[in-house]
This record gives sequence, structure tokens and C-alpha cells, in this order.
Amino acid sequence: MTFDYAFILSTLPAFLKAVGVTLQVGLIAIATSLLVALLNATILVFRTPYLQKLVGFYVELARNTPLLIQLFFVYFALPAVGIQVSGFTAAIITMTFLGGAYLTEVLRAGVDAVPQAQLESGRSIGLSHGQLLRYVILPQAGILSLPSLFANFIFLLKETTVVSAVAVPEILYTTKSYIAIYYKTYEMLAVLTLICVLLFLSLSLLLSRLERRLQHGQFGS
Amino acid sequence: MASSGLELLWISLPQLAKGAGQTLSISFLSIAISTVGGVLYGVLRTLNVTWLNAILRIYLELFRAIPVLVWLYLLFFGLPIFFGLSLPSFWCAVLVLSLWGASEVGEVARGALHSLPRGQREAGLSIGLNAAQLYGYVLLPQALKRMTPPTINVYTRIIKTSSLAVLIGVVDVIKVGQQIIERTYESVLIYGALFLFFFFICYPLSAASRVLERRWTQA
Amino acid sequence: MSALIKFHGFNKFYGAQQVLDGIDLQVQSGEVLVILGPSGCGKSTLLRCLNGLDEAHSGSLKFLDRELLDKATDWREIRQQIGMVFQSYHLFPHMSVLDNLLLGPLKVQKRQRREAQQQAEALLERVGLLDKRDAFPRQLSGGQQQRIAIVRSLCMNPRVMLFDEVTAALDPEMVKEVLQVIQGLAREGMTLLIVTHEMAFARAVADRIVFMDAGRILEQSPPEIFFTNPQTARAQQFLEKFSFVATLPETNPTKELEPL
Repeated sequence: MTFDYAFILSTLPAFLKAVGVTLQVGLIAIATSLLVALLNATILVFRTPYLQKLVGFYVELARNTPLLIQLFFVYFALPAVGIQVSGFTAAIITMTFLGGAYLTEVLRAGVDAVPQAQLESGRSIGLSHGQLLRYVILPQAGILSLPSLFANFIFLLKETTVVSAVAVPEILYTTKSYIAIYYKTYEMLAVLTLICVLLFLSLSLLLSRLERRLQHGQFGS
Repeated sequence: MASSGLELLWISLPQLAKGAGQTLSISFLSIAISTVGGVLYGVLRTLNVTWLNAILRIYLELFRAIPVLVWLYLLFFGLPIFFGLSLPSFWCAVLVLSLWGASEVGEVARGALHSLPRGQREAGLSIGLNAAQLYGYVLLPQALKRMTPPTINVYTRIIKTSSLAVLIGVVDVIKVGQQIIERTYESVLIYGALFLFFFFICYPLSAASRVLERRWTQA
Repeated sequence: MSALIKFHGFNKFYGAQQVLDGIDLQVQSGEVLVILGPSGCGKSTLLRCLNGLDEAHSGSLKFLDRELLDKATDWREIRQQIGMVFQSYHLFPHMSVLDNLLLGPLKVQKRQRREAQQQAEALLERVGLLDKRDAFPRQLSGGQQQRIAIVRSLCMNPRVMLFDEVTAALDPEMVKEVLQVIQGLAREGMTLLIVTHEMAFARAVADRIVFMDAGRILEQSPPEIFFTNPQTARAQQFLEKFSFVATLPETNPTKELEPL
């Protein structure tokens, strides 16, 4: 089996661009998901009755349906009611929808893990709701959630491959296009695999290191 | 003449059922194989045989680093080229989901076995149990309870991820839905129905997993 | 008559640290040995090497004149003859007491259920727990669980029983009931190796005290000699730590009630 290295080199610029798109979609989705999750977490912490149920409903809906269906719904179905979006926008919207739910769960777990005693001692020195949140709950919940947050970030980055289904030119879409045009299947798949391993494996190793370092610093673990 | 929404769904039911059958078959097969494979992985990892651990670790990291959709394409496009094998997309999907699912269930199993007190293993060995008996009578029965809620979550993810099979050409419930949309343009209805289809399968599983976790951690 | 168990020049390392250093020890059939020593002196490790839970690096360990430090050793077989009871009892929580007892006899020794059950129930009765036959470990107290753990090992009909600090995790009220079981076994002539901190018990039950420190055996003597006249300085220091109660000044209540 011969490897057309020359061809691979010629495609490198395109793949670099594709990695850029992957990162772009991924990082924007991470940021927006985080915002959604922070909003939800605040609602959960202060136990606003009606909103709390709404958050729960949203989380269940987003986590129990496939990203692909959500994506198709936004991209193909919404135009029928007059909302037309680009593939890129549909990708961001749906990944925020999904990512927000996952990150909400992570933050909720983090907040739950902060001992009740912390809240009580905070209140007993007269902290307001906002101050309690800012100085007592979020910092502690944040540290506890960090590994899980990071793991979900990696998950979102990997899920960007799904948005290739609506023609967003990330790494998988680029690979498929080149295969369709040039038939260099073997070479293109090899490049794709290499990119995935380099990008995602390194991130996953970083996560392991982060988990280990946090365990050393954590009291009583 | 355009039929009303529910009428359309009713008429399309046979086709959708066939597609759903494909989706669910892929899911159930993958779930079954993943469970067996995962428990096997968990047991093998806890045996602490260095070379075996290395191989299993590489397998795990490969399925973690490479997204499932990429794996689907790798197998679907790559198998014919590498091995001259032409696997129908249905079986490609089952293969990928099973291997990926097994790595996920496997890590759950490994974690559960690892969390058992070391003394259980020693007590079992001290009455002369061999490895198979130790795992079969002592370790796995105890690990099973701890494993179940996270494993159900893996099952939910397998079902959701099986939706990707449509992208390598499986005529599953999504493909059928798209075919109906092509004829009738009822995209909101159909995609909405697909949305609910997956929700009503996955939500009960998630809820069950949470109930079991709460009940069993109180024990 | 050849010793049942023979350690000779036995060594074990944990990385760079030497945990057992040139152990020479012989145990006769029917003897009750109590191994004493400060924490970390290697006494538990010694026991664990006897049933293969820990591996040694060099030296010789013979059981019934068979060398155990051999790649070909079938530890499963040895473990049926050398039983062990642990500090945390480690009963199988997902099985009833009776199932805990029958697992070994039925699955390892392939005995008939009726015979095995008869023995198990007889032993349960001996330790006073026959009524707990169908209970689950979590329903029992620590002392009860430990007695059942001892019975579980006995059901395998071992020639030697190893006890690794079996009362250390128990509430004080339950220590005696467990020690009484062990004493019963000693009286019946079973070969026992006991690691414990219960000095009074050691004195009462041992045929020989083995004192260890830093991986070496420093002293071996009958209990009357060891406790009243220890031969080595380390042994003396060790025993001193346990004589706290004895050195308290005597209180004389009548004196205190004297009017000023």
C-alpha cells in the first residue's frame, strides 16, 4: 500500500484551516454553554421554585436527545417556520443547547458538594445572597467541578465532528470532501486519525494530569 | 392534498416503525455486546498483567481520542481498503458502537471492581478460590450494584449515538423521517417526532439510573 | 519429628526497604505461637507470606517439608491447609452467613452440601451463633462477624490457622468473645500463629512468644519467661509500653475521706 505523501502535504493548509474551524466552533460552544450553565446554576442554588423546575426540564430534554436530531431540527425544520440559519450558527445553537445542559449538571454537582456548613457559616456572618454565591459557593464548587468541566469541554470539542452533517467545514467534513474529490481515502483517513489523536489525546492527558494535581491539593482525599 | 400532522404520522407509521427497528436493533445489539465486552475489560484490567494492561489502555485511549463519528467513517471507508472487507453500514455501526460502548462500560466496571475493599480479594483467596471463582462469586456480584447506574447512562449514550448511523447510510428512523420530509415538507413535525422518539426512550433510562443510584447508595 | 513450618533465611523487600530480614523460625504441629512487636516490624507480613498473599524474595519456607518459595507452588492448595483470619473480618456482604461458610467447602473442596452444612452449623453452634445462620453480615456486630470469619476458615479443615490482629478493630466489649474462640482452638491442639496486641491473652494462650523488631526475630521464649524476664533490651522497651496500668499509683480511698 503506497502512501501519497506529496498529496498529503498539499492538503495540509486545508486541514489546518479545518482544525481552526473545529476549535472555533468548539471554543464558542464551550463559552456559551458555560454562560448558560452559570445562569442555571445560580437558579438552582437559590432554589427559585418555578425556574428551578424549568431548568430541570431543559436539562432532561437536552441530555436525552441526540445532538444530530437537535442539529437537524434547527437547520432543516426551523426554516419551515421562517427561521433560517447557517450551518455554523445551527451548530453553535445546538451545541450550546446540549453543552449548557451537561455543564449545568457538572456545576450542580459541584454546588451540591459544597458542605451545607459553609452556607450556614457564611449566612451567620451576614453575607448577602450575592456575596455568598461569589465568595463561598462558587469558588469551592468551581475547584471541585474543574476536572469534570474540563472533561466536558473535551467532549464538546469532539462532538464538533457531528456538525459536519450540516456542512460546517471542520476536520471530518474536510476529510470527506477531499475523499469525494480526489479518492485518496487511505491518506485522508490517516491524516484525520492523526489530527484526532494529536488534538484529543493530548487534551485527555492534560485532563489526567489536572485530576492528579487536584487530588494532591485536596484536603482529605 | 396535504394531510394534517397527526394523520401524516399515522400513515407513515409502518415506515417509521421499520426505521425505528433498525435504530433499536443497532442500539440493543451494541448494548449487549458492550456489556459483555465491558465486564471482560474490567476484569482483565484488574488482574494487573502488565502487557495486557498496556494493550487495553491503548484500546481505551484510541476510542476516547477519536470521536465515534470518525470511527464510523474509518471503518466504513477504511475496511474495504485495508482488508478488502465490505461491511454493510448496519454492521459497521454495531461494530463501532460495541467497541466504543465496551470501553465505556469497561471503565465503569474497572472503577467498580477497584472500589471494592482489598480485603474481599484476600479473604476470597484465603479460602482457596481461584481467579474465576473469586471474580464470579465474590467480586463481580458486589461490583454489579455499583456498576449499574453508570452503565445505564452508557446505554443511553449508545442509543443517542446510534443516530449517527444515518450518516453512513443506514436506513434508520432518521433516514425514513427524511424520506417522508422530502415528499411532504413536514420537517417540523417529523424532526419533532424524532426528537420525542429518542426522548421517550432515553429519559426513562436516565430516570431509572438516578433512582437506582439513590436507592443503592443509601444501603 | 520434623517441624510443620520452617522459615529459613527468609527475606522480603518492599522496594528498597527490607521488611523481613533473615527470618529463621520453626513451628511444630499443635503449637500456639504469638508474634509480638512494634508496628511495622513485619509480623503481619510474616503471616501473609505463609499463605501467599505476600511474596518473599529469598530464603526458604517449608510446609510439611515442601518448599513453598517455588514458582510451581499451588497456593490454592496451601491456602486450604493454612487458613487466615483478618483484622477487618471481610465476610462477603452479599451472601448470608451460611453461604459465606459454604462457599469454600462446596466450590473449592467440592464436598457434599449436606456434610459441609452439618459441619458449618456445628461450628456455628460452638461459637454460639447458630441462630444467625441466615442473617447477612451487615446485620451483625463486629464481634459476631469476626467469630463467623473464624468459622469460615475452620470449615476448610485447615491444619494451621493464622490470626492477623483479629481483635484490633473491635469494640472492647466484643474482644473477649473472639479470644475465647481462639483459646478453644488452642486447647484442641490446633497449630496457631497469632499476631496480637492483647498481652494478657498472649500470655494465657501462647506456647511460645516470638518477638520481632524491624523485620528480625529478636527473641523467642515461653510466655512466662518473656513477660517477666525479657532477654533483649528492645523487648523490655516494648513491654514497658504496655505496663501503663501497672505503674499507676495505688489509690487509697479511706485516706482521702479523712477530715482536715
